[in-house]
Amino acid sequence: MSVVANNAGDEAAVARKKLGFGFWLCVGWLGLMLFVAVFTPLLPLKSPTANFLDSSQGRPPYAPSWKHWFGTDKDARDVFSRTLHGARISLTVGFSAITAGFLIGGTVGVISGYFRGWIDRVSSFVFVVLLSFPSLVLAILLTSLIERSLLTVSLVLGLLSIAPVGRLARAATLQYSDREFVLAARQIGAKDRHIIIKEILPNVAIPMSSLALLGMAVAVVAEGGLSFLGLSVEKGITWGGLIQLGSDASKTLEKAPWISFFPILMLFLTVLSLNFAGDRLRTFFDVKEMTL
Amino acid sequence: MAGTGKAHLRPAGEALLRVEDLVVEFRIGRTGLKVNAVSGISFDVLPGETLGIVGESGCGKSTTGRAVMQLPRATSGSVVFDGRELTTLDKEEMREVRTKVQMIFQDPISSLNPRRKVRDIVMEPLLIWKRGSKQEQGEAVDKVLEEVGIDPQRAAESLPHQFSGGQCQRISIARSLVLEPQLIICDEPVSALDVSVQAQVINLLEDLKKAHGLTLIFIAHDLAVVKNISDRVAVMYLGKICEIGPSEGLYGRPAHPYTKVLLDSIPIPDPDVETRKVAVEGEPPSPVNPPSGCRFNPRCPNASDRCRTEEPIMREIDPGHFVACHHPLFGGEAPVTVRSA
Amino acid sequence: MNSSTPDRNEFEPLIETVNLKTHFRTPRGVARAVDGVSIQIRRGQSIGVVGESGSGKTVLSRSIMGLLPRNGVIREGSVRYGGEEIGNRTPKQMRSIWGREMAMIFQDPMTSLNPVMKVGRQVTESLRLHLGMSSSEAMAVAEKIFRDVRIPEPTRRLNQYPHELSGGMRQRVMIAIALACGPNMLFADEPTTALDVTVQAQILDLLAEQIRDRNMSMLLVTHNLGVVAGYTDEIAVMYGGKVVERAPTKTLFQNVKMPYTEALLQSIPRLNQPSHSRLAMIPGRPPDLVDPPAGCRFASRCAYVRELCRHEEPPLVQAETPDHTFACHFPVGSPEYHERRVELTRASGTTAGVS
Repeated sequence: MSVVANNAGDEAAVARKKLGFGFWLCVGWLGLMLFVAVFTPLLPLKSPTANFLDSSQGRPPYAPSWKHWFGTDKDARDVFSRTLHGARISLTVGFSAITAGFLIGGTVGVISGYFRGWIDRVSSFVFVVLLSFPSLVLAILLTSLIERSLLTVSLVLGLLSIAPVGRLARAATLQYSDREFVLAARQIGAKDRHIIIKEILPNVAIPMSSLALLGMAVAVVAEGGLSFLGLSVEKGITWGGLIQLGSDASKTLEKAPWISFFPILMLFLTVLSLNFAGDRLRTFFDVKEMTL
Repeated sequence: MAGTGKAHLRPAGEALLRVEDLVVEFRIGRTGLKVNAVSGISFDVLPGETLGIVGESGCGKSTTGRAVMQLPRATSGSVVFDGRELTTLDKEEMREVRTKVQMIFQDPISSLNPRRKVRDIVMEPLLIWKRGSKQEQGEAVDKVLEEVGIDPQRAAESLPHQFSGGQCQRISIARSLVLEPQLIICDEPVSALDVSVQAQVINLLEDLKKAHGLTLIFIAHDLAVVKNISDRVAVMYLGKICEIGPSEGLYGRPAHPYTKVLLDSIPIPDPDVETRKVAVEGEPPSPVNPPSGCRFNPRCPNASDRCRTEEPIMREIDPGHFVACHHPLFGGEAPVTVRSA
Repeated sequence: MNSSTPDRNEFEPLIETVNLKTHFRTPRGVARAVDGVSIQIRRGQSIGVVGESGSGKTVLSRSIMGLLPRNGVIREGSVRYGGEEIGNRTPKQMRSIWGREMAMIFQDPMTSLNPVMKVGRQVTESLRLHLGMSSSEAMAVAEKIFRDVRIPEPTRRLNQYPHELSGGMRQRVMIAIALACGPNMLFADEPTTALDVTVQAQILDLLAEQIRDRNMSMLLVTHNLGVVAGYTDEIAVMYGGKVVERAPTKTLFQNVKMPYTEALLQSIPRLNQPSHSRLAMIPGRPPDLVDPPAGCRFASRCAYVRELCRHEEPPLVQAETPDHTFACHFPVGSPEYHERRVELTRASGTTAGVS
């Protein structure tokens, strides 16, 4: 050929998009929570179950002080220690629920979006049925029937995330499997499995990963809701349980707001961080397919 | 039958690709209606030849190209490539044939996976077919990238969106070339590009065709582009071929009124050429419910009662120049045939 | 603003821009989409703006009409309509101009029509809004306009939704909407690019006829030189955000000055060329609008480039032909041009790529 149309480098300098300070702040918070959740037993914390009765202060609950940073509850247990311990179950439930949802919902969604046909019709029907249950009611129903261990609560919440995750995975797959690069892959002789893994998944994974963070936020909140109703993990400390404890009897909330305030704050900051980080990630990985 | 006939086919042994009575229909949801995208067309391509297929949107030209690739399979008809009937091949056999027939698509950006490095995209066919050692694969890819005018170094580092539309089309071409196919089907490969870039890609295709001894099917709606690149041109309308012939003859002396209309509709980049009054009224009807007889009859200035009832059959009016029309612009009226039901 | 149509002087331009700049803030920096364009459009005149994608032709028409978002856009220079400055108006102030004085037709009639509203209502809406017509009056006018733009069975069509119409019909509806309030100035942004060639010819003829009958001015944005050749009085060629050549249509095709325009004309495959004739091509790609090159923006792709072109930006100068301006140091026909052309012809052996 006569002229090579390639002035390399002249447009290569597409400026890196920045994730921004807010994103890193959120990641920092989530990292801290994760650290706390993993290493709670090793941290020099007061026992979450011990009663720190202090006759000089009269009857518990005690307000926040140097000794009890977040105060104590009615049984004089240290709210700070309990809140940090609560991170453990709340985050584990959130994480495993969304992982289960992704493994099942994501796989089903991608497969039905790619192959369509009867697989798609069946799975879409199942998703619609799942979505038609009021999810919290379903969760309450299920958790009140079973033995509520960490595993079962996670599975119940995971079950609830299958349909929304699956629908998104299906929609994203549908959108990409109509694209010409998939046709192009097929016409160079790629097999279906190859096309799904190498062509579709990398594209679907990005919107899905940001959904994972948002979904985890929902799961953490849902777990909080369940334990508020006394329907979460039976023998353990969770944020929802703590909040519930701080607001059950009349006037507790009024007289000793710190008991539920700090768990609420932690829950709020964690969910906010998950949402914000998920949102930023989505815009960040949004590959521009056309430059100006 | 329907604007059809096979008078224009050349001896079966000579053609690299021979398509006969190709029919492609799509069902619309569960409505019971179907789109008659391609309604019984026949054509062939000799080795080393470029066949252009032109027509307006909805005429079935892209569907024809895809049906040759069996993506999706045709409703009926035969596609013989290099002596093999493709319509009856199973999935695995067809997979293998696809290495010899490649396709280039219209949207250069959509046809490349946005999240994979360009060099990997071009490498992919070799990996799938495990052709050669790692090093040989790398060399083959760099060679073909250089051939289409893309810097391999940059291709190794960049994603498709970092290239322009024209460059993306070159990358698509590189990917289709890397398996060394015999036939490349180009589906509107330049319609999404600016004129200046369009010329680059057309020249590139011509060069590659010469260098690799390729056979091309070039599908486009732009008549001038098709004329430039093709040896032989087929004009399609609503799922049928109206006219087929050597490009010089067909453009110089169109016989089918539709071909004439198409040619007259092109705005000429020369203000001294008198702007003619509209060549034809209306728009192509829906392929769901095509008109009876000749499919062009509702818009045709020369339509007669015969056109509304009887489907014209392909016949030769000049050497190599065939038309399916009862009242062509030259070559005389079609002989009256007694049709068997 | 005063509502009387500003037609004090036949020869005064209807639209005039002076050094109009429209820059966008992007993550990479400021993109100079339109970079100092001065252009006049007289009443009844059709002007074609031609260029490749990214040349700024679409942004130019939208900035004149004030259709660009306020955020992230830097504007400079002046836009005058009938002698009045409208460049600094807010969208609210522009609303009385849109539809009534200026209207725009877009490329894709499917996305520019509201899919859930009957097309009749989409036409009558502006009539009622701008001209204060009653619903039945507006419907009658809409039916007449549908007839004018040759929509068959106008009464029935008025009650249809966009998806029930074919592509060409939709574009006719778009034109009907644009014409409804009798604007003086019509912007048509690639009005036929999404259409088939036979329908394209119909729509272009319709536009030409309506412009003539209504004595409107038109700015036709297109990348298709064939379209501008037949349907405009004057052509402005844009490259890298600037007008690089401007001339009456006939003059431009006969007496090209700017090598870019020449190259653009030569790169079109033509019906009267034999098959397999080598197409002239422009190597490379349009300049980066964020970081445009110094000197002439076409320099890196120009076959006739010289040292001067890379440093000094050529000003728009008057050609010997009337109303013809161009921006080039060594235009087609200059001694330097001929000298280089002889070299190129010799080097390639054939005339391919040059002639």
